Amino acid sequence: MGWTIRGRTGEWELVCGLEVHAQVISKAKLFSAAATAFGAEPNTQVSPVDAGMPGMLPVLNGFCVEQAVKTGLALEAEINRLSIFERKNYFYPDLPQGYQISQYQAPIVGKGRISIDLPDGTTRAIGITRLHLEQDAGKSLHGAREGVTLIDLNRCGVALMEIVSEPDIRAPEEAVLYLKKLRSILRYIGTCDGNMEEGSLRCDANVSVRRVGETRFGTRCEIKNVNSMRFVAKAIEYEAKRQVDLLEAGGVVEQETRLFDAAKGETRSMRGKEEAHDYRYFPDPDLLPLELEEELIARLRAELPELPDAKKARFVREYGLSAYDAGVLVAERAAADYFERVAAGRDGKAAANWVINELFGALARRGLEIEACPLPPEALGELLDLLAEGTISGKIAKEVFQKAFESGRRPRAIVEAEGLRQVADAGAIEPVVARLVADNPQQVENAKKNPKVVGWFVGQVMKATGGKANPALVNDLVRRALGLD
Amino acid sequence: MSELARLGLVEARARLRRREISAVELTRACLEAMERGRHLNAFITETPDRALAMAEAADARLARGAGGLLEGLPVAVKDLFCTAGVRTTAGSKILANFVPPYESTVTARLWAEGAVLLGKTNLDEFAMGSSNTTSAFGPVINPWTPPGREPPLVPGGSSGGSAAAVAGFLCPAATGTDTGGSIRQPASFCGIVGIKPTYGRCSRFGIVAFASSLDQAGAFARSVEDAALLLQAMAGFDPKDGTSADLPVPDWSGGLSGRVKGLRIGIPREYRLDGMPAEIEALWAKGADWLRAQGAELVEVSLPHTRYALPTYYIVAPAEASSNLARYDGMRYGLRVPGRDLVDTYKRTRGAGFGAEVRRRILIGTYVLSAGYYDAYYLKAQKVRRKIVQDFEAAFTRCDALLTPTAPSAAFAIGEKSDDPVSMYLNDVFTVTVNLAGLPGISVPAGVSASGLPLGLQVIGRPWDEATILDVARALEEAAAFRALPPGAPEA
Repeated sequence: MGWTIRGRTGEWELVCGLEVHAQVISKAKLFSAAATAFGAEPNTQVSPVDAGMPGMLPVLNGFCVEQAVKTGLALEAEINRLSIFERKNYFYPDLPQGYQISQYQAPIVGKGRISIDLPDGTTRAIGITRLHLEQDAGKSLHGAREGVTLIDLNRCGVALMEIVSEPDIRAPEEAVLYLKKLRSILRYIGTCDGNMEEGSLRCDANVSVRRVGETRFGTRCEIKNVNSMRFVAKAIEYEAKRQVDLLEAGGVVEQETRLFDAAKGETRSMRGKEEAHDYRYFPDPDLLPLELEEELIARLRAELPELPDAKKARFVREYGLSAYDAGVLVAERAAADYFERVAAGRDGKAAANWVINELFGALARRGLEIEACPLPPEALGELLDLLAEGTISGKIAKEVFQKAFESGRRPRAIVEAEGLRQVADAGAIEPVVARLVADNPQQVENAKKNPKVVGWFVGQVMKATGGKANPALVNDLVRRALGLD
Repeated sequence: MSELARLGLVEARARLRRREISAVELTRACLEAMERGRHLNAFITETPDRALAMAEAADARLARGAGGLLEGLPVAVKDLFCTAGVRTTAGSKILANFVPPYESTVTARLWAEGAVLLGKTNLDEFAMGSSNTTSAFGPVINPWTPPGREPPLVPGGSSGGSAAAVAGFLCPAATGTDTGGSIRQPASFCGIVGIKPTYGRCSRFGIVAFASSLDQAGAFARSVEDAALLLQAMAGFDPKDGTSADLPVPDWSGGLSGRVKGLRIGIPREYRLDGMPAEIEALWAKGADWLRAQGAELVEVSLPHTRYALPTYYIVAPAEASSNLARYDGMRYGLRVPGRDLVDTYKRTRGAGFGAEVRRRILIGTYVLSAGYYDAYYLKAQKVRRKIVQDFEAAFTRCDALLTPTAPSAAFAIGEKSDDPVSMYLNDVFTVTVNLAGLPGISVPAGVSASGLPLGLQVIGRPWDEATILDVARALEEAAAFRALPPGAPEA
């Protein structure tokens, strides 16, 4: 049994499903040719179609359809050969048509799955119920100007994929893993940039609880606005505990929509069941049913890149990496590609260590994404070669790495220019050893009784040579000078 | 009245090409006729300056020996087609001051072919009506109204302004839209030709939507030949309308033969309604005889779901309308009546902006789509609609075109059916089936009623087979030799 909530009266289990809205990467909107760039001046990316002008008609953007199919394929989901766009009717100032074009009874993508990697090294499949295409609404800016609400329609009509999971999530942390994995897959295939800060990926959570052992579902609440990885687990945990407290106090959970308040770390009621809208869905008569041809699906399937799970398995197999390291490397496609270019023809494990520990650390300190990495993979590979050849020591390698990362200079050039080449010439080290032995008779005596003191001599030699001496060679020479061999 | 205002499109076209008349002269004649005909209230907006400028440009092109299909020919446009820079009202207070920055595809095609815009014609508000009495700009008067008769006769609707303008010789031709009979019924009431092509033939881009799955643009003219010419210029594939058909447009006007020899003409049994006026029944029989006399074979066919068509229509059309009209919320354009809060602003704006018939249909449409009623109404209506389509498919295995009356009566008086929406809706009984099935239909004047008012016959065709119904209509036109003119029409 995994994560549970210990209540006054017993153990409770979480049942949770996520609804993710992922903005489709596309230059144009779902039903108009207007641009979709983030952060443009308000109302500069609005066509008459988006603004709901009289007589304007939606025309389906085929590229967005391909993006949705690609996503469906990456989620190992059924692709529906026939899907239908419907109108979801409600009034709001940032919804110019008075309805949102969405898919309701016949979505473009059906059942699929995402496999998440649990901290104990096992994996779990979370079911995908469906994926459908719909248009985004505009933005209402309340309070930007005294007494009025301003409307920005730039986002209005932008294509979204709503990806609905099965209620398979049993721990708050699983929700985070699911989201991370989904985000990773979307970024791999280039259908959504996954940027939660810009709202490209938005998440609502359906949460209910039940006593451990119970098989029926409890009444669920929909938590809106869980829009950062950090808050997902928090919001779900808070809500589950709230429901347990409520139920144990003899109350009942009302089916309602709740809002997560990130500042207070709590959820609060937004609207109850009785206030739920009647959206009066019906097939949009402006759009014919969407039929997908087999050739299109086959082409998109062929275009799919290697996905994170397959890549991870291959890294373990081909490079001998641990599952954990492989998982870290494949989370971002660019990082995995970087690693593979470093590892090409080299020791995979060493490459993984350098990428995960040194490179990721340096990037994090500078706040950089892998795409903006100043050190090309060939350069890191060169550094690994210098190390493997014995040209530099591990200690020097870290120094060279920092210099290369900061300056963009190639490691070999740095080693040459700064004379960092490892000294593996016994003739150059012997005089240093001889002087140390001569200057420290007491230590020489100590060393003869206690072989650990040999290390002191080695350290002194390394210090004297600026770390450039080959440590194994130094060890040999010291032992010989002390007459220990 | 100038003799030029009597000219039809084809004749005027020939004379323009021969440089016997100029487009400016022709346009002036129409503008003068419009001025004299203002009592008909056929136009909401007249565009004389634009018309003359367009006519001058057309003359210049004609002088160079260039020009399109309609070069220099003046036309009126139903005020449901958006015209860039020209107010487009949809006959509603809510759009009373709306000037679109874009042009509908159909009108853009007309201007590209050299046509001249005379003005925007009156219509039932948002094309909802069969009498042109729901317009926020007042009712249109049928030019056939006997002098002194009060109240005057309706021109039919919803394209009443276009029909009255053509019948009253204010213009040679006009565009209309037809959602349940809005071209064919007014054509019948006004004694002119009105054609609605197959759904998808004309782009709906830039036409203010009423019921998207039924709306289709079409043409009014005083002859079948003229109607064919205008429709030819209007039709064609448009990537901006997802329901537009990617098919070539045939040369309907050039290919018009009027030959019906060997054609099988179906007479649908179910269109013989109880209580149908005898004169309508007689005219229908006469029409069948005319076609038989010209070599057509008459066959009785059955369209068994006909009696469900009207209820189906009055579920589907309001359902779509309730959603299509949601955009008129006072937020971005059109009328806005500020209220206490957002919801109050919506209520006041839409309450003040929409007339009674539009409000009624929005309510009906909202109701039939509501949770708990959707299956019983909307879904059921969609199933019946499918049956109606199948009825026609079966009938067209036995015939090439269908002949029916266009409307169950001649024009009635303004106000006559206004307090009984259902009797008003019955006007569409012969026409709505055609929209539900997306078929082409044409009304051609075939005779007059006992009181001397025009009556039309309707020809219905297979999808995309406008050519056949145009030929049948031409044959009827010739046999009927309909020469009656409305009172006050220009002398020959």
